[in-house]
Amino acid sequence: MCLALPALVTELLPEDSAKVNLGGVTKTVSLALVSDVKPGDYVIVHVGYALSVIDPEEAARTLELFREMGEMAPEALA
Amino acid sequence: MTLPRRAHPRPLDIQNGRVDLTHGGGGRAMAQLVEELFIAAFDNEALNQRNDQGAFEVPGGRMVMTTDGYVISPLFFPGGDIGSLAVHGTVNDVAMAGAKPISLSAGFIIEEGFPLSDLKRIVTSMAKASKDAGVPVVTGDTKVVEKGKGDGIFITTAGIGIVPPGVEISGDKARPGDAILVSGTMGDHGVAVMSQRESLGFETEILSDSAALHTMVAAMVAAVPGIRVLRDPTRGGLASTLNEIAGQSGVGMLMEEALVPVKPQVLGACELLGLDPLYVANEGKLICICAEEDAPRLLDIMRSHPLGRDAARIGACREDAHHFVQMKTRMGGNRVVDWLAGEQLPRIC
Amino acid sequence: MKYIDEFRDGELAQSIARAIKAEADPASTYHIMEFCGGHTHAISRYGLEDLLPANVRMIHGPGCPVCVLPIGRIDAAIWLARQPGVILCTYGDMLRVPGSKRLSLLKAKAEGADVRMVYSTMDAIKLAQSNPDRQVVFFAIGFETTTPPTAVAIKQAQALELKNFSVFCNHVLTPSAITQILDSPEVRELGTVKLDAFIGPAHVSTIIGSRPYEYFAEEYQRPVVIAGFEPLDVMQAVRMLVRQINEGRFEVENEFARAVTRDGNEKAKSLVADMFELRRVFEWRGLGMVPYSALRLKEPYAAWDAERRWDVPQDNPGDNKACECGAILRGVKKPIDCKLFGTICTPENPMGSCMVSAEGACAAHWTYGRFRDLEKSE
Repeated sequence: MCLALPALVTELLPEDSAKVNLGGVTKTVSLALVSDVKPGDYVIVHVGYALSVIDPEEAARTLELFREMGEMAPEALA
Repeated sequence: MTLPRRAHPRPLDIQNGRVDLTHGGGGRAMAQLVEELFIAAFDNEALNQRNDQGAFEVPGGRMVMTTDGYVISPLFFPGGDIGSLAVHGTVNDVAMAGAKPISLSAGFIIEEGFPLSDLKRIVTSMAKASKDAGVPVVTGDTKVVEKGKGDGIFITTAGIGIVPPGVEISGDKARPGDAILVSGTMGDHGVAVMSQRESLGFETEILSDSAALHTMVAAMVAAVPGIRVLRDPTRGGLASTLNEIAGQSGVGMLMEEALVPVKPQVLGACELLGLDPLYVANEGKLICICAEEDAPRLLDIMRSHPLGRDAARIGACREDAHHFVQMKTRMGGNRVVDWLAGEQLPRIC
Repeated sequence: MKYIDEFRDGELAQSIARAIKAEADPASTYHIMEFCGGHTHAISRYGLEDLLPANVRMIHGPGCPVCVLPIGRIDAAIWLARQPGVILCTYGDMLRVPGSKRLSLLKAKAEGADVRMVYSTMDAIKLAQSNPDRQVVFFAIGFETTTPPTAVAIKQAQALELKNFSVFCNHVLTPSAITQILDSPEVRELGTVKLDAFIGPAHVSTIIGSRPYEYFAEEYQRPVVIAGFEPLDVMQAVRMLVRQINEGRFEVENEFARAVTRDGNEKAKSLVADMFELRRVFEWRGLGMVPYSALRLKEPYAAWDAERRWDVPQDNPGDNKACECGAILRGVKKPIDCKLFGTICTPENPMGSCMVSAEGACAAHWTYGRFRDLEKSE
């Protein structure tokens, strides 16, 4: 696989890079592979590069699906 | 100091000077270094005798002795340096027998060219750690190696201590049913050190937890002399240390992921580097294994000590012919928590 | 940590587990291959096997770039590291991987070769800049996720006119490997390996998108769910696949829609397309020679290709005869079926590639799950 994590973009830096924050840890990553990133976005970071921007609406939708699943599951089988 | 200083026409140039081979040569330059730096900093009765050994009274009882080498890079890290680490690490190794540490020795192997200002910073920090802990460095040694034959500075130490009567703490004493406690958050030291490695390129506010644990241990032992095992999870982290104890005692262990205290920043750094906080080093935390009924009392004592505020019960020992350390994950499944395999290297996959 | 913690919620995991149990038909068995080592690692590290019903079987696929690199390429990297004046740099994952004669880059380093670990290709460029009198070779490995960062580094080397930087390229492609597995006789003709469905890669798909998997779903009539690497993502993917299998559907569904689109990352894709071309064939450990499954630098970038700068040996010594990594990577065997597993092959002393990387099937099973074998045998 490829170890990659969502991190919050806190500051755009020169030379197509940005400062990101993950759980209080900050790191400078390259934005060479993404477009239109702005502070406040979450990007998926792999080997020091942002690969894609997280879509907050899709994330919320996925979490909602998890929850619906739980409600549908018959408790008796637990 | 009351003893007259030896006459050295010019004091050491701490600001700009560097260690050279004469500082380890046994002549006047070495005497000056020992006098103006080491004896001045450590300043205690035994050392001030200026003998090749430190002499001191010891109370009766079982004595413990330990030795350790410090080869850390970088030498200075957030929350400590190689000097304070050498004192804390050795005091802790003595204390993990339930013993009261009495005295330390220190050997310095210094690379030619090492800045005297860095040496002074290290020795000062080491002396402060030793005074704060109330455990003097009573004897020492200095060697200088040629440039390229050392990594700046290495420190070796020995420490001795006395075990109070009735205390028999040892790694082979864990029994099925015993509780497993830790004194605080895991992985702080390792992450603080890694954050200083330029190649990893991340920043945190995490400080090393480097600290001397003997006063907390003294309070624990006084309350519960029957503590089975104490150990500090240094290199290899919590996971490797628990495996060591499980093997020595011939028991299995089951801990719960949700109960293991880890700071969010440590988790964040570990996620970034692909490391597991259970394997990251600590220098100011201990693992305590005790009878289940003693656990609440020991937790109270730890939590009322400044170094044990985040103490927690993380699991229990159990019968297991294979001596597995297992963990119930946050998801509710089980997994083995194995020894560290090789060195923990940051990974990309 | 946002977008991480929510996807590691233990209670939700339990409720998804209940949903899977309720939906899985007790009369049938579901064979689901997670292609990616990231999923293998999540399954092992979070003990997810304990949450799945016995008739849902996870088969660990070859999706770990460290595991699938053949011994010959590791030997070649060691050979490069030993060339006069060379600094060989690579990701931490590669340092302990054994080549032939049990040599690794870490051991070569101990013998005096200048081997450095880097965290990013940017560090490799910096190394070349700060060592102008040395040749810096970046040993590049990885799937579609890791290829674009290599491309950015080469672009930068070009812009900086760095003459002392080159790349030993070992980037490989996911879809070709999945095709190879589905075309293998065990799956296609003999039917000895049952593969009902696939969990598709998370981060690879952020680059290539979900479109490339549509072909598998159609051609091989197997459902695919692209899923994130967090435990809830994996559980949800299993549930979605169980549902597809039950309903006789074979579609590409995207559980990781928060980061994966149908078309992927166009910027990264076009950068890679501009710089790399397909190798006609490339060897994968365990899968053998896989056509059009790896990349090399195109002619205009030859100056940064280590294989054109040096006459890199192309020999390929085979794996240890007793090592079953090949069969394990194809899903034909389980780690426990290998005689070497846990006896002479352990994470401290890995013989085969599956034991080297933390996410290799053998290492994951040994490190996190081996208590299950012992519980079964007692």
